[in-house]
Amino acid sequence: MLAEKFYRSLYRIRRIEEEIARIYHTDKIKSPVHLSIGQEAISVGVCEALRPDDIVFGTYRGHATYLAKGGNLEKMIAELYGKSTGCSKGKGGSMHLIDVAKGVMGTSAIVGTTIPVSVGYSYALKYRKSNSIVVCFIGDGAVDEGAFHEGVNFAALKRLPILFVCENNHYAIHSHHVSRRNSDNICERVQTYGMQAECIDDGDIFRIYDFTNNYIKRIMMGHIAPVFLECITYRWKEHVGPNDDFHLGYRTKDEAEYWIQNDQLKKLKSLLGADISSKIESAVDLETKNAFEFAEKSDFPEVKELYTDLFKD
Amino acid sequence: MQRILSYSEAIREAIVQEMTQNPSVIVLGQGVDDPKGILGTTKGLVDKFGSERVFDTPLAEDGMTGVAIGAALAGLRPVHTHIRMDFVLLAMNQLINMAAKMRYMFGGEVSIPIVVRSIIGKSWGQGAQHSQSIYPLFMNIPGLKICAPSTPYDAKGCLIQGIRDNNPVLFIEHRLLYYQRGHVPTEGYTVPLGKARILAKGKDITLVGISQMAIECLRARQYLKEIHIDAEVIDPLSLSPLDINTILDSVVKTKMLIVIDYAWMTCGAGAEIVAQLIERNIPRDVVIKRMGFASVPCPTTSALEQHFYPDAKEIALNAYQMIFSDKKAWQPITELQAEEVEFKGPF
Repeated sequence: MLAEKFYRSLYRIRRIEEEIARIYHTDKIKSPVHLSIGQEAISVGVCEALRPDDIVFGTYRGHATYLAKGGNLEKMIAELYGKSTGCSKGKGGSMHLIDVAKGVMGTSAIVGTTIPVSVGYSYALKYRKSNSIVVCFIGDGAVDEGAFHEGVNFAALKRLPILFVCENNHYAIHSHHVSRRNSDNICERVQTYGMQAECIDDGDIFRIYDFTNNYIKRIMMGHIAPVFLECITYRWKEHVGPNDDFHLGYRTKDEAEYWIQNDQLKKLKSLLGADISSKIESAVDLETKNAFEFAEKSDFPEVKELYTDLFKD
Repeated sequence: MQRILSYSEAIREAIVQEMTQNPSVIVLGQGVDDPKGILGTTKGLVDKFGSERVFDTPLAEDGMTGVAIGAALAGLRPVHTHIRMDFVLLAMNQLINMAAKMRYMFGGEVSIPIVVRSIIGKSWGQGAQHSQSIYPLFMNIPGLKICAPSTPYDAKGCLIQGIRDNNPVLFIEHRLLYYQRGHVPTEGYTVPLGKARILAKGKDITLVGISQMAIECLRARQYLKEIHIDAEVIDPLSLSPLDINTILDSVVKTKMLIVIDYAWMTCGAGAEIVAQLIERNIPRDVVIKRMGFASVPCPTTSALEQHFYPDAKEIALNAYQMIFSDKKAWQPITELQAEEVEFKGPF
């Protein structure tokens, strides 16, 4: 049942990020964290439709993408702790998550940099006549970057198997899109490059899933072309860190209210009923506890690791 | 009999041979499939290998560098070509923030086997934005390999090595070097990145010339012969990693060093080479000099441009003055430089 799968993935991400926020004050996580709380349904809706061989690239707000695609939880928490058992051996931190075996090909701290890289990956997939696709998750801030326009143009030009998913939470750090763009017309802009672009404005996880599923079906039928999906969403926490930031005054709690009421996690839970949801919750709670214990117990990298992993022989 | 090829022919042959033996090698860049084919180095490749493997790109240097990186992550070996090194400045974000970082910041989980070819310009009014040689900027960045060979033999061998290397390699060519001719074996071979080439043996002074300055050094060596000075000429070939030991051995022997950068000198390869030598406790009586571009943008008019670059005569004169502690001007017999006779505009 879809709702159950969605709930498991969504609850798991929320639970883990809330745990990160809860312990952040202890300073055990010495890495800036950009929490996706409030935005997770996009990653879950998309990734639940993906196949194991499909590839995702994410942003520095990438915990949800990494986990939704099946990225190893223990290695993620260990990475946040800077431990040698982390997915990047502690050399990456929260903003540089990767799980190659699961098709999570990395997140980046520089806005927009993964866009052309995702496009290049999809070029290689098409060249190899693979049926896999690439999903490139970006935020609305990335639309301001030249790399966005260069990447989208090339994907359209070469008709590549790539789905762009723009998580539009309206804010680039504290700058609202009206202070950055003449009009709020991301889909229209993309369409002018000759690419189909649609917007899902209510955060509905089932719509996001269906959209992705349909895209994959089209690819499987041989209709290879890039597509752009804009998902309107809302970031509940501050840009970076574990706290709320409505006191700063750049946005209001009223603005957030629609999204808090519309929380997909709550919606899914009401669909499932208490029996099923609580079973999922206790399993996830245990998994979360174990992952943090794993990170706690793991060793820091040895000093000699400073000089490894620069080049491949 | 030795087979003689030009530098540009050697580059083309390296690409053709690597593309033939490995279907993962692709070539992209502005103009790689046009009738001129990057001064001949990519000419005819699209007919031979098809437009999926050899393709023109939008004028999007940073984006297309990212595309090359992504293709490399997926197992391809892209050779991305810039007809001017100045254009690489537009790709700094992807090169430095992504290509140089990804393997390390992902704990060794990925590798980025890309080659970024770029060509330095000189003479015939290239001017401030078509003549730059920015390899020192990249030498400052861990995670990139940089090579700038000066002979056809090394051009072919280093490029094949670069394509087979599992890491980002900046391959720097020089327009005037395209007319150099020399022995190039028919078969594919590699020249290691990280080993300097002694182009000519000598005992009196060490001349280290980067890119086309290696050729100026060979010419200076000829001038110095008139006055019985025997110069050793070294082409570092690879600037990152840098083979300091070959230079060190030479300097210990000659006690005299001129490093001629093909770039501005501040924080340049010359500065790095000299600093590394000093850290290795070279004898105190070693005399050292750096040469390089005048500290201004490159002027277009030849009246000024000819004073912007070091040349063989100036290198020879500096060597003469170092050896004889003699400030008086000595004039070698001048001669025309072969490639400047052959190389005519327009562009």
